[in-house]
Amino acid sequence: MTQLNLGPIFRSLLRNKTGAILIALQIAFTMAIVLNALFIIGERNDLMARSSGVDEANSFQISSTGFATGFNHLNTLEEDLREIRALPGVRNATTINSVPISGGGWSMSFQVESGENKPSTPSSIYMVDEQGIDTLGVELVAGSNFTKTDIRLRDGTQEGWPQNVIVTVALANDMFPELDYAETVGKTIFINNTEPMQIIGVIDQLQAPWIGWNKLENAMLSPEYIVGDNWNRYFIRAEEGMRDQTMRDVEELLAKRADERLVENLRSFEEIREDSYSRHSAMIQILYVVMIIMIAITGKGIVGLASFNVNRRLRQIGTRRALGASKANIVQYFMTENVVITTLGVIVGIALTIGLNMTLVSAFELGRMPWYFLPLGGLCFYLLGQVAVFGPALKASSIPPAMATRNV
Amino acid sequence: MFFYYIKLAMLSFKRNPILSLLMVLAIAFGIGALMTTITVNYLMSNNPIKEKNDVLYHIQLDSWSPYEAARDDDAPPLQLTWTDVNNLQQAEQAFRQAAMARSGGIIEPENPDVKPFQSSFRLTFTDFFPMFNVPFIYGAGWDASADQNAEHVVVLSRDVNDRIFGGENSVGESVTISGETFQVVGVIDEWHPVPKFFDLNTGDFGGTADVFIPLSLKLPMELPSWGNTNCWKPPEGTGFLAFLNSECVNYQFWVELTSPQDEARYHTFLDSYVEQQKALGRFPRPLNNRMSNVQEWLEYNEVVADDAQIMMWLSMMFLLVCLLNTIGLMLSKFIGKSGEIGLRRAVGATRGDLFMQHLVETACIGVAGGLLGLLFSYFGLQGVRTLYGEFADRLTTLDSNMMLLAIGISTITTIIAGIYPTWRASAIAPAGQLKG
Repeated sequence: MTQLNLGPIFRSLLRNKTGAILIALQIAFTMAIVLNALFIIGERNDLMARSSGVDEANSFQISSTGFATGFNHLNTLEEDLREIRALPGVRNATTINSVPISGGGWSMSFQVESGENKPSTPSSIYMVDEQGIDTLGVELVAGSNFTKTDIRLRDGTQEGWPQNVIVTVALANDMFPELDYAETVGKTIFINNTEPMQIIGVIDQLQAPWIGWNKLENAMLSPEYIVGDNWNRYFIRAEEGMRDQTMRDVEELLAKRADERLVENLRSFEEIREDSYSRHSAMIQILYVVMIIMIAITGKGIVGLASFNVNRRLRQIGTRRALGASKANIVQYFMTENVVITTLGVIVGIALTIGLNMTLVSAFELGRMPWYFLPLGGLCFYLLGQVAVFGPALKASSIPPAMATRNV
Repeated sequence: MFFYYIKLAMLSFKRNPILSLLMVLAIAFGIGALMTTITVNYLMSNNPIKEKNDVLYHIQLDSWSPYEAARDDDAPPLQLTWTDVNNLQQAEQAFRQAAMARSGGIIEPENPDVKPFQSSFRLTFTDFFPMFNVPFIYGAGWDASADQNAEHVVVLSRDVNDRIFGGENSVGESVTISGETFQVVGVIDEWHPVPKFFDLNTGDFGGTADVFIPLSLKLPMELPSWGNTNCWKPPEGTGFLAFLNSECVNYQFWVELTSPQDEARYHTFLDSYVEQQKALGRFPRPLNNRMSNVQEWLEYNEVVADDAQIMMWLSMMFLLVCLLNTIGLMLSKFIGKSGEIGLRRAVGATRGDLFMQHLVETACIGVAGGLLGLLFSYFGLQGVRTLYGEFADRLTTLDSNMMLLAIGISTITTIIAGIYPTWRASAIAPAGQLKG
């Protein structure tokens, strides 16, 4: 007999409404939280999966601050770069004012037209030398790289910015939406309202220092050495797989002059990324823990209610068995009962899930949940219910028909 | 009678230990999650200087570009220019006033055993210390004359004093900061207002500063600008002085007034100051100066992180699920006791007696769940600290308020959750259960 008989199930559920409603509500709230949590996790994972454009696995930074009187900043910088680049295991190195996605940096606004009150586009600026492109691991997709003669000293004695700059594809498109990025090479743009600069090259991709910025992909390379304040940050790209060894070597090299300068902030790019995204990864981990505990609690609730029902109906089940119901019929009865309860839970759950998502959208600028979360999520709760109820149902089916005659 | 009910509750626990434990666990999970998130939110939305909330004001002047506002809501920039903070400081129109900024550099201790190290500076005026109730262990803030004459004086944080002077009284000692010799005038005790209300531009929950030195040293020592610097037009000319005199904002300005009633007078002063500057060709925007007390300033800066709020709402729903679960468990437990209840009814207990008895039992579960929940929230906060690192260090301590709140919430919610099962239990008819 395989035909489902929903009549008795409904009548018996109506007699013990409270238990069923409690489980349905638990399913509904758990569904709302779990689906929204999964959605937030997905959004955060997408954020974290964005590429910075840098050769992340092989790169690191280190900084040097001279404090001795008579410390020669420019000489130190040039000597450091020469010696670092000569180290075995180092692919290339550059000075840089700040590191992509690290949280701190410099941004300026750029105009296509000279003059005050003209539309402008913001971009982050990385001050590097002619080895910057290779060190960062970005690709020049149009135009040309800087040459040694492009490098300007930012030492406070001259006003303004370098003549030649390199921009990311995203920045090129942002400033010249009607042009192909390759056509922006040779274009003049203006910094500080009226000061002209020329785009000499375009790189594929490089992110700004601020991961929450809406112009994250806008970056510009400016050929400069900053001198005068005795501080430098070096960005170093090691040969494939040589990073850790190279980090130690570079630190040792710079520390040779520890009596006149402080060498610090030795950090791999991976560490910098982890730090920048730590709040997102923390949120993800917390949400996973919450989800697992909630599903466990709800699952346990379903098991509890089913066991309770089985215990209450020992005699009834015995009677059904005595009247010819097979073990499979009994299992089927409890499984079907669970489907009915879950259906109620999932219906309310869908409403709650949408409500919670809409609240999060309006209060915290979260994205809207795609529709397929709902049917997929609902399906998972049917599965959870069936798995949870299977044990008690099996126990019920093993009740001997003779139970019908016993007092319990 | 109350103690008899407690005794009965204990007996009931013993008879059904697994079911009781499951109930306590469900509540503990719910309370643990809720208390963890409430604590983080509570500390983030803390006002660390409540006692002076309505006499301390953060000042904003709209010195921004004629073409666009500094911020989306047409508000003035969050910080001020070098020119303005110095003018306001010298005007001395408030009871106390302190311009301030972040900077940093290398400290070289005289003691050759202690290596030079990078440190963060707070550049400010001496009013800073009494204004924000900064606690001193040794010495005090510098004299007002040190501000005027740009003297090389320094107030050390406790950490730095421990590091350089082993925690001894170092007042009168000297220390080299950014290559110049400073005299120590004071050492402050641990002082970590959460949030760091006086400068919310970088690191709302970070440390205050390693050392405090007069802001007037910024120019002669050419100290770097840490924190955020924003400019709407480039400096005119080159060099450090041109940068200082530019329209770039990097400074904060706080005043302490004698009473909240004084606010209007100070606001008028600010407006007249800006009018004066307009006459000199600055401040191209319409008059738009703002004074915010500490609470207003914290709220305007939205220091409570979105994630923390999302977590708190989710954990409330989580507790709800735990409570629904507990109601289910209680129902089965109380109905399982039908025989006993029927017996008690039969021998004379009223429905009210039984209601009270089971309410006490429920409350016991609530208290137990609350206590265990506190333990869970302790672990939860440790977890948050591990996950978020330094950022969360000052946001993850349970105080006694929070502990009482945890027990309170768990007891009250459990009792509310228990009302229906309790009512059902007390409604059991005496006769039916004694038959058979």
